[in-house]
Amino acid sequence: MYLTSGAEATVRVEDDILIKERVPKNYRLRELDERIRKERTKAEARLLSEARRAGVPTPIIYDVENCTIKMQYLDGTALKHVIDEDLSEQIGILVARLHEAGIIHGDLTTSNLILFNEKIYMIDFGLSFFDSSTEAHGVDVHVLFQTFESTHSNHEKLIDAFCRGYRQEFKHADEVLERVKEIEKRGRYA
Amino acid sequence: MKGTVLGIEGTAWNLSASIVNEKEVIAEVSDMYRPSTGGIHPREAAQHHAKYASYVVKGVLEEAKKKGVDASQIDAISFSQGPGLGACLRTVATAARMLAISLDVPLVGVNHCLAHVEVGRWKTPATDPVTLYVSGANSQVLAYRMGRYRVFGETLDIGLGNAFDKFARSAGLGHPGGPQIEQFARNASNYIPLPYVVKGMDLSFSGLSTAATEALKNNSMEDVCYSFQETAFAMVVEVTERALAHTGKSEVLLAGGVGANMRLQEMLDIMCTERGASFYVPEKRFMGDNGAMIAYLGLLMYDSGNVIDIENSHVNPNFRPDEVDVTWLPKDFKDRRQTCI
Repeated sequence: MYLTSGAEATVRVEDDILIKERVPKNYRLRELDERIRKERTKAEARLLSEARRAGVPTPIIYDVENCTIKMQYLDGTALKHVIDEDLSEQIGILVARLHEAGIIHGDLTTSNLILFNEKIYMIDFGLSFFDSSTEAHGVDVHVLFQTFESTHSNHEKLIDAFCRGYRQEFKHADEVLERVKEIEKRGRYA
Repeated sequence: MKGTVLGIEGTAWNLSASIVNEKEVIAEVSDMYRPSTGGIHPREAAQHHAKYASYVVKGVLEEAKKKGVDASQIDAISFSQGPGLGACLRTVATAARMLAISLDVPLVGVNHCLAHVEVGRWKTPATDPVTLYVSGANSQVLAYRMGRYRVFGETLDIGLGNAFDKFARSAGLGHPGGPQIEQFARNASNYIPLPYVVKGMDLSFSGLSTAATEALKNNSMEDVCYSFQETAFAMVVEVTERALAHTGKSEVLLAGGVGANMRLQEMLDIMCTERGASFYVPEKRFMGDNGAMIAYLGLLMYDSGNVIDIENSHVNPNFRPDEVDVTWLPKDFKDRRQTCI
């Protein structure tokens, strides 16, 4: 089970369909609140499709309406429970494809990677955006490495495996991984 | 915790000296630089600080003496080492070094942003909060994690208060802009859509300030001020809420001069109530820049052996709060995120 409700949206499953709804925030003026939720819902749906086009498995979208996205429910396992070096290398390949396509996930954690039908799916594009800069790529990878470090004891091997996959598929990989080291030194939690 | 520390703040417009011990603010004397026109002029502000440094220091020592605390009882001198305006920082650092030498006590270099957080923890019941620190120059969301205060989100360009000031200046309102914008906003009737710029956890205010200035051409001052506030505050509250969700913490602390705005307080209060978090706002005198916060963090640092030599007391105009090793929290102090993993 990987369903959680973050600060922005609630997620529920009905008839094998996952429904993600951006909830209203009462602290925000209603007009502004609706505008933001609609814009972000549309952007998320678009990024989910773009990612899939770039060769990254993502849930299929059935419907986008106002602040709600209906999509395929992946009844799989979050990678945080099953990750090993092989899977980490595969994650490296997927993130490379995403970055090659100019997409930043924005919240790469092992909870947002789902093993389903023996394939790794990337979910939750709620914080995603288009950006091709080394800095943005670096921050994206840095966030993932931090979840490795905070939740997996064999994180060094997982990071090495990730880098193998990432280098294999992305021509700017070295540059990005160099930047990741710099970002770590800054101590900035991005 | 023991000791008495004299601290000097002077990163921007407010020059303020204060003497504190673990229990209370014993004395505080301030003198504000007020630009005759426009905003803060760094050189003029520094000249102001140089002119009034001896006045605030003498004043605070006299005030303390009246309460039975003599200069000889001061254990350390602390000062704002950064971030801030270079010329102002250097002036204040010089005064602090001089005092430390003449009283023959250690010197403590304080990060101004962390002083805001720590005075809030001192003066409210907050223990391990997510802090929203919004002032003229700074806009950050901070929280403690593994030995340091981490910056979870921050402005990518100008501080929120500065965005207000820039707008106020081009709108012909005085400086600082925030209080007047708040006044006008109370009598608004329409919301005008303005750019809402949250990038992940980070914020950008410069485009918003420009758009608000543009909007004045076709809209009333009241409506523009209102829309500016609503948009900017929604952005900072959103990032604060995200930091809460991310860290699993359950307290929010408001800090910085912009925090005096009642609408901002109301929005944070609504957000916290809905999430089941506690919301803390220190007394107004501890929200804007003040000497007491520098003296207090100085005391915490002095007490944990965190002092510096005169030779290493250079100021740092870009001093980041996440560069500072937190020596003053107990070794077993664990933030909630660490314990829940």
